Amino acid sequence: MADTIYQKIGGEAAVNAAVDMFYRKVLSDDHISGYLDNTDMDAQREKQKAFLTMVFGGPNEYTGKDLRTAHAKLVEQGMDDSHFDAVAGHLQDTLSELGVPADIAGEIMTVAAGTRSEVLNR
Amino acid sequence: MATVQFNDSAYEGQPSETVLDTLLRHGEEANYSCRKGSCLNCMMQAVEGAVPEKAQAGLRDTLRAQGYFLSCLCRPESDISVVQGEDAALYQRAVILSRELLAPDICRVVLEPATPLYYHAGQFLNLRRRNGLSRSYSLACVPNLDRYLEFHIKRLAGGQMSNWVFDEMQVGESVDIQGPNGCCFYLPGDPGQGLLMIGNGTGLAPLAAIARDALNDGHNGPIRLYHGSRAEGGLYLQDRLLDLAAANANFSYTGCLSGAAPPPGHARGRAEEVAFGEIPDLAGWRVYLCGNPPMVEGAKKRAFLAGADLKEIYADAFELKELRAAPRPAPA
Repeated sequence: MADTIYQKIGGEAAVNAAVDMFYRKVLSDDHISGYLDNTDMDAQREKQKAFLTMVFGGPNEYTGKDLRTAHAKLVEQGMDDSHFDAVAGHLQDTLSELGVPADIAGEIMTVAAGTRSEVLNR
Repeated sequence: MATVQFNDSAYEGQPSETVLDTLLRHGEEANYSCRKGSCLNCMMQAVEGAVPEKAQAGLRDTLRAQGYFLSCLCRPESDISVVQGEDAALYQRAVILSRELLAPDICRVVLEPATPLYYHAGQFLNLRRRNGLSRSYSLACVPNLDRYLEFHIKRLAGGQMSNWVFDEMQVGESVDIQGPNGCCFYLPGDPGQGLLMIGNGTGLAPLAAIARDALNDGHNGPIRLYHGSRAEGGLYLQDRLLDLAAANANFSYTGCLSGAAPPPGHARGRAEEVAFGEIPDLAGWRVYLCGNPPMVEGAKKRAFLAGADLKEIYADAFELKELRAAPRPAPA
């Protein structure tokens, strides 16, 4: 059986390397940071980690329904495609800074792009 | 909807309401302070029914096993029967040995517990006086270095406990203490790691204790302590901490004044501004933040963005009960 992306990039260690980098980028971006609940940063980091595990194809409990539920309130508050694109951009940057090969990064970005309708509650 | 049984009454809970909310809404005199699961003042014991795991997070195993939980975090999914809990399991007696002013609005209170307390410098206790009023205070003392327990208590406008401590509490009288609580303390094992400590007001008390504890343990990495106050009178330990810095090359103390034109020897600005300005890269550092909640929460974010690992950031926000009369909103 062929290795999954998750195995190819190094499993949980890769997610751990990526999550802080990714979360720092998102948190520093004033366009999106207002939509993050920063009262509990540790819980927020766990959510980012679950999201990255999912797009890396790793074992997780994260489903489209969770994505929809988790973001529904934010969509009501005005979250739209521009925010989704910004977060996707930070994911892309994170992968390239970590030196993830272009073909694998492409596959990951395809998975991430596929979550748009759930995240934006369409 | 879950029913909360308390003493001889049964109360219908509302959706997303905590056990504490339900009891307060019905006029019960339940104890509480921070309402966010930090202070442990609202601890109760479940004698029947299931307690959600989240409501026991951080409690000692012995208390969990006996059904103790934090009523401010407990959103019961089914009927539950709760009691205030066995006093003896939580509290012990302590005698007030002395009280002295460190600044016009800050006093040092020294207590002797009935039985020696095993604690880490930087943890906090709940102090309860005879009529039941209870508040959380950080320990300002260090095991092995200090013989007694010590708090630094700031007088707050309208603060029931602090005004009592300043005006009425007598040396020789006894109070009850519960604890130690909290995980903001020094962990040996990495003596060369950089330690950044930022505090305002009496947030200095646990930080100075953690710094002394670390130095006593042989910590040889840099320990940088920043204390913020509006006026110089609030830098209430500066002589002692400057002495500590003179005796330990790896320890530094910076008094930061956010008011107008500080006298020589002090930094101008808020403690967190000065600290992050002087130490812009926190990769590999451990960070301790104590004091008022906006400072602590803002500094936590900045420390993370400056490269500190979230698990290396220890934050102790001093929540004031007088501001917490309303329920906190349920998490989304």
